[in-house]
Parts: sequence; C-alpha cells; structure tokens
Amino acid sequence: MNEDLRILVVEPNRDRVCAIVDALNAAGWSDVKALAQISNLDRTVKDFAPDIVLIDLANPDRDTLEHITYATETTKRAVALFVDQTDDTLTKAALNAGVSAYVVDGLQMDRIKPVLETAIARFQIMRQMQSELNAAKQALEDRKTIDRAKGILMRQRGMSEDEAYNLLRKTAMSQGRKVINVAHALVTAADLLT
Amino acid sequence: MTAVVLNCGYVPLVDCAPLVIAHELGFAAEQGLVLNLIQQPSWSALRDMLALGHLDAAQMLSPMPIAMSIGLGGLTASVDTLMVLSVNGTVFGVSNALASELDGLHFGDADALLRALAARGGKPLRVGVPFHHSMHRLLLRYWTSAAPHLSIEEVTIPPQRMTDAVADGRVDAFWVGEPWGSVAVQQDVARLMMTGRDVWQFAPEKVLAARQDWVAEHSDTARKLMRAVFQAAAWIDTPKNKPLAIEILARSEHLSMSPELIDPALTGHIVARQNHHPLQVERFLQFHKHAASFPWRSQAAWIAHHLGADPDGVELAKGTFRSDLYRQNLSGIDADMPGASEKVEGSLRFETAVASSRGHMILAPDAFFDGKTFDFTPKN
Repeated sequence: MNEDLRILVVEPNRDRVCAIVDALNAAGWSDVKALAQISNLDRTVKDFAPDIVLIDLANPDRDTLEHITYATETTKRAVALFVDQTDDTLTKAALNAGVSAYVVDGLQMDRIKPVLETAIARFQIMRQMQSELNAAKQALEDRKTIDRAKGILMRQRGMSEDEAYNLLRKTAMSQGRKVINVAHALVTAADLLT
Repeated sequence: MTAVVLNCGYVPLVDCAPLVIAHELGFAAEQGLVLNLIQQPSWSALRDMLALGHLDAAQMLSPMPIAMSIGLGGLTASVDTLMVLSVNGTVFGVSNALASELDGLHFGDADALLRALAARGGKPLRVGVPFHHSMHRLLLRYWTSAAPHLSIEEVTIPPQRMTDAVADGRVDAFWVGEPWGSVAVQQDVARLMMTGRDVWQFAPEKVLAARQDWVAEHSDTARKLMRAVFQAAAWIDTPKNKPLAIEILARSEHLSMSPELIDPALTGHIVARQNHHPLQVERFLQFHKHAASFPWRSQAAWIAHHLGADPDGVELAKGTFRSDLYRQNLSGIDADMPGASEKVEGSLRFETAVASSRGHMILAPDAFFDGKTFDFTPKN
C-alpha cells in the first residue's frame, strides 16, 4: 500500500542500516535504498529521486545533503523535516532519536509520519543496543582490572582473594571512590614499578 | 551571584576561539556565566538545535541567521546576530593537479587567478564549500561572477572532509576555514592560492547568534555572553597573547587540534605549499581589532543582497545585526564604538580613521577585489 514512497537511508554503519531497512520493509515500504558512501550522495539522490531521505543527526554529511536540496533544479525540492514544525512531538522524537529527515515538498504529513515513526523507533533501539554493548564491554574490562588488582594484592601481601577484594572495597569507600578506580590506580602503579 | 548556565553550540574550527577562550580563561565566569560549549556535527544540525531551543546561542556562519530570518531555505526562524565573532580567516586552494596548470601566479592575486581559471575552459570547475549559506560560497560566487565564462559547480563538503575530497578528486578546488586549508597542504594534496580577504578585505565570517525571542526574554544573559566574548576576542587579538592563546586552544577539549594547526590562522603565517616558507598574511583572521566584532548593518545588507534577497529582505536582514544591542551591552568595558552603524561596504582602501565614542577609531580596509562599493542606506 505504501510502495510508491521512495526512501533513501544514509548510514555508514552496516548493522544499523540493515536494521532500519528491515524495519521499513516490514512496515510495508519496499522501495528503500541504503547508502553508506557519501561520495555518491549527489548522484544517488538524482538517480534514485527519493521522496524521503533519512540521515543521522550526528552525521556531518547532512550539510552535503542539504546543499543538494538547494541545487536540485526540479520543481520537487527537498526540505528538512524540521521545516515542518507543526508536529512538535514528532520533531522532538526525531531529535532525541538522532534521526534527521529530508522530505520532498508536497508530501502529506500523514504519509511521512509512519515512515519516520518506524525509523525513529529503530534508531532508538539501535542506540539502546549500542549503549548496552558498550556497557557490557566496559563491565568486562572492569572485571579484568579488578582481578589483576586482586592478584597483585594476593601476591604482594599474601592475602586471600576475598581479603584482597575487601581491602580494595574498604580503600574505595574511605576515599569516596569506586572500586574500579582504586583497582586501576593499583594496576597502573604496579606496572610502573615493574 | 548565582551562575547562569548557557548552552552555546559551535563547530570545531580555529575561529571558534573567542568562545573557547571566554570559557577557558574565565571571562564567562567573571560575568557569572557558565558557558556550556556544545560541539555540533554539522551546520545544519547546529541550526536546527538553535531553532528548536536545544541551544541558547551559537557560533554561526554569518549568512546563516540572515537566511533563517528571511526564510531562504533550510529552517525559518527569527535569529539575530549579537556580534561578529571573526572577520576573514578562510582560504581558497586547488588540487595539486590543477596547481600544476596554474604556475607562476602570485599568492593572493584574485584577478590573475580568476583569469587563469577562466582561460582553462573545459569542464566546470568543481569547488568545495562547507555550507550553502556560508561566506565561503558568497565570496566564491562574487569573485567568479567577474568571469562569466567560467563555469563553477559548487559541492558542499563538511570542512573536516575537504582534504579527502581533494585527494579523491571529487573537487578541483575548495574554499574552507582554518585549519582545513593548512591540513590539505600538510598532507600534500593541495596548494593554497589566496585567502578570503583577497576577494573582500573585511568579510564578516562567523557570528554569535541567538533566537530573537530568546534575546528578548534573556536580555541579561545575552549581555553577559556578549561581554565575555568581547573580552575574550580582545584578549586573543593582542599580539603578545597569541602564543598562549594557541597553547590554550590546543589543550582545550573543545578543539582537539595540534598547536601547529592553530598557529597559521592566529598568526597569519600561511604555508601555501608543502615545503615552502610561510607567507605573512596581514589581517588573515581578526576577532577584535578595527571593530571586528561590531555587527555593521551594512554587512548584513551585503550578505542578504548576495543571498538573493529582495529589498524588503535586505531591510529585514539589517535589523538582525544587532548593533543596537552591541552598543547597549558593551558599554563600560572599554569598548570603543563607531559613530555609525552602517558604512559603504568596499569603500575603504586603506586603514582609515573614523569618528567613534572615544574620539576616533581606525577601521581596516574593506575593499573588494574588483573595487566595487555597496551602499545600502535608504535613498531618501
């Protein structure tokens, strides 16, 4: 039913782009094209003639895209979604999710809205996954550091593992720091001394 | 006094220096202001964030607030220029391939360069500019309009990608702000041919902008911001402070740039070609001297006119350059004020003394390469 809408997604991250395209396809838009290489943006926009271009708000190539909207010599002229501030909720959701859309003039808002909502939802999920992934990586790193610090204490002071950890925790509490910070300081100091 | 927090957007280029210095050297704190500098990934993003209220104020390319206020595409919003943040500071460079065809030209000879480019004929010259509503593009248009047979294809490229674009052959030439011209030379992909001031000797490059309604509602905060930035700009433009300024900017998390990349813009020692001696460019980039930060209404008019605005648009633009606020808010901090708020743009060929609040001040030359002048004062 929505097959007549042409959507271009500009996104260098492969996983993100797949997720967004899949979500759009699943929601009923099949005419979706993805573009990672900004060097082709100019030509792709001209050849593919999308109705909507979705791009990450943080992507510096937005300025290039915006220029193309000025340079297009057709009656169809793309405008930034944010030109249309009539839908404040949607604009805010887009800003918060980090998605920016360029929409060809003359499209009805009710046709743009579901596309954007799908993209925004997907952007939010991707962002969430990224931050969870980062948190998991960090937790793993932290555990390694704390293990190394415990090892140093066990070797140097003949402590058991529990005693070593308790000492780290006590020190952290008395200094108002986190266990990981104390562990980090200890590991760094030990590295310097060996 | 409770400190007021102000969110100010910027793009990490050397000419954001007054904002960084206002923050780092405590000029903002002295005013009771916590200047929260928020880096923006692109000019369009910065514009949207300012228009939608996520930023209170922002560094902008001088044509941006005018284009927004008149509604020339992008996002329309009433945005005022509180003061000029920097004058000049851009360079025009060409790829090595093109440079080899342009031998024997003197650096900064806008006339000869234009003739040489026009004489090449052939395909349109692809020139990279950082943004559509930029002084870079306006100067490029103004300069090349003197050679009607020279066909130009403008390509918008974020400044940090300009070097790659030249190296990849996506553009033949570029007009960009520092440090990106120096970066292109350092990486040996381009040669600088002239600076922006070789086309217009006193071009307002970046401005400090805020939404009109925000300025009206937060007049006291706006005043604090303007005073802090004014003092920072005055500090940077003092020759003895330059080495320290470069050091502070290089260390600041807001720029993350090596001192070697900040030095050329601040000192005017421009290396046009790899392994060549730096050239000394007078007034390459100015923040304060010669009333650099004064928002001349005639500058706004010139910009609006060259953006293609009609006479009503030009008048509207004049009002967005808030020389009234500048006079009002910067009194009592040793700021000298010119007697008038408009001048005939392009009429000064030499340093010229004009009437000011303290007697007289010296204005820098503001001539155009072709000698034209622009008088936007109402004819009646």
